[in-house]
Amino acid sequence: MPGGVIQKKVSDMSEIYAKFRLDWSGFSLDVDLVLPAVGVTALFGHSGSGKTTLLRCMAGLERASRGYLKINGDIWQDDASWLPTHKRPLGYVFQEASLFDHLSVIGNLRYGMKRVAGLQGDSLDQAIELLGIGHLLDRKPDRLSGGERQRVAIARALAVEPRLLLMDEPLAALDLKRKLEILPYLERLHEELAIPVIYVSHSPDEVIRLADHIVVMEGGRASAQGPLAEVLTRPDVSIRIGKDACAILEATIGIIDKDWHLVRLDFPDGCLWCRDPGLAVGRRVRVRVLARDVSVARERPSESSIQNVFCGTVESIGEDEHPGLALVGVQIGRSRLVARVTKRAVAELKLGVEQVIWIQVKSVALLE
Amino acid sequence: MLLTDSDLEAIWLTVKLAGIVTAILFLIGTPIAWWLARSRSWWKGPIGAVVALPLVLPPSVLGFYLLLAMGPDGPVGQLTKVLGLEPLPFTFQGLVIASVFYSLPFMVQPLQNAFEGIGERPLEVAATLRASRLDTFFTVAIPLALPGFMTAAILTFAHTVGEFGVVLMIGGNIPGVSRVVSVQIYDHVEGLEYIQAHHLSAMMLGFSFLVLLALYAWRRHPKKGV
Repeated sequence: MPGGVIQKKVSDMSEIYAKFRLDWSGFSLDVDLVLPAVGVTALFGHSGSGKTTLLRCMAGLERASRGYLKINGDIWQDDASWLPTHKRPLGYVFQEASLFDHLSVIGNLRYGMKRVAGLQGDSLDQAIELLGIGHLLDRKPDRLSGGERQRVAIARALAVEPRLLLMDEPLAALDLKRKLEILPYLERLHEELAIPVIYVSHSPDEVIRLADHIVVMEGGRASAQGPLAEVLTRPDVSIRIGKDACAILEATIGIIDKDWHLVRLDFPDGCLWCRDPGLAVGRRVRVRVLARDVSVARERPSESSIQNVFCGTVESIGEDEHPGLALVGVQIGRSRLVARVTKRAVAELKLGVEQVIWIQVKSVALLE
Repeated sequence: MLLTDSDLEAIWLTVKLAGIVTAILFLIGTPIAWWLARSRSWWKGPIGAVVALPLVLPPSVLGFYLLLAMGPDGPVGQLTKVLGLEPLPFTFQGLVIASVFYSLPFMVQPLQNAFEGIGERPLEVAATLRASRLDTFFTVAIPLALPGFMTAAILTFAHTVGEFGVVLMIGGNIPGVSRVVSVQIYDHVEGLEYIQAHHLSAMMLGFSFLVLLALYAWRRHPKKGV
């Protein structure tokens, strides 16, 4: 994917400053965020937590009474000025595809492009290729499936070469089959898009598969934020994100062991063995390690069926969803894992913060 | 020939009047309907009620007030005098203006419904695709409201063809100026020319039925009409 939306401004490490205050009857939004200007940032929360309102404020679809928004050095809103939506160089994907019914697919794709000066020209072809919609161009939206409609909507938002892509639960209106149809395309976006993406979701699965950075929204406020791998392993946060507390590791496939049908996943601070998923050596993968698959020991375990053993430092011990359970955050170099253990085990092992311990990882899941 | 020359003149006049009124109402009614569909202003209620008044008001009442306004002592009459124009009552222009008021709700209400039916979302999508509000109006709102425009045009045209009371009050009964079909029929009946009245009446009946038939058939299968 050379040129265009993709591979542009990778080196521009500036940030997104977003500060909004908005008061409606029964709801208020009050956030002050600094987000990375690369990768996918998930705005995660339950309905009514303000995540969509925050996204709409960023797009200018809602006008926060007080706000400040700066993207890559350009001010879109401050006390003195407010850029209307159509003057903001963004792409927006709504929960429902919201295609223009009076236009064909290609008409929909070209609608925004016609209104942007100085497009590089190949952004349309790239968007069509990236979303795999080349065979649909002449159709009217009412002849498309739900998944196809949403792919067209995403391509339409990318075709204008936005400098920021905002996505409001693009999968929420789809059934499971359609979700699984679109997720690979979203993962491609994640890999190939150089512009920042703000992705609103209430689904832990989507966030864990797609996000690099996460903002947890609660009651109109950001209750936690940071790199996904870090926020997920914070014991106070992980139980809020989903029942299955977990940690995320970014790894590459290092060695394929054909005899035992295993692969070695290398991450910066160690390696893990897991079942061979059939991917090539060198392929980057995202690995999810569930807290319930991690156990803790004071001594290096010997003669265990579990092959993935690490030495680390206890970083935190927090509550889990059940009063009998605790989540133990363990630092291994710069990586972090969480282990779910009983509180009795914490007491009997005399676990404490800063203590050096051994952990065993029973199984991992590859996400990409 | 079933129709006399004066019948044909009345038919032509009626078609001309209805066509001009429909065209003018497209220009006036569209922004009013858009505003009524989108505005959250307090004025929405009163303005909507005023637009709907001709639906319930006897045409003679509407005609009476328009006549007063256009007459030499009325505000419109004063204006035409200052501008050096001929007084509007009993002219074709006066009839057009009166008919615009009379048929206003038949243009505005279907358009308002159509604009409301579009919802906020397509307009927001257009804004995220760099379209200004005016641009959005012409390239998204109007195309999506096209079925509403068809309905509004047909109803406005047909309703103007069918008016009688307002014509009598404002236009009188002047051949080629204000003697439209409905007035011509009235004339025939007054003159006991029942055969002539019959021919024109049957024609109007057929016309009205066909218009409504087309409208309802098309509403059930709007795709074929676009």
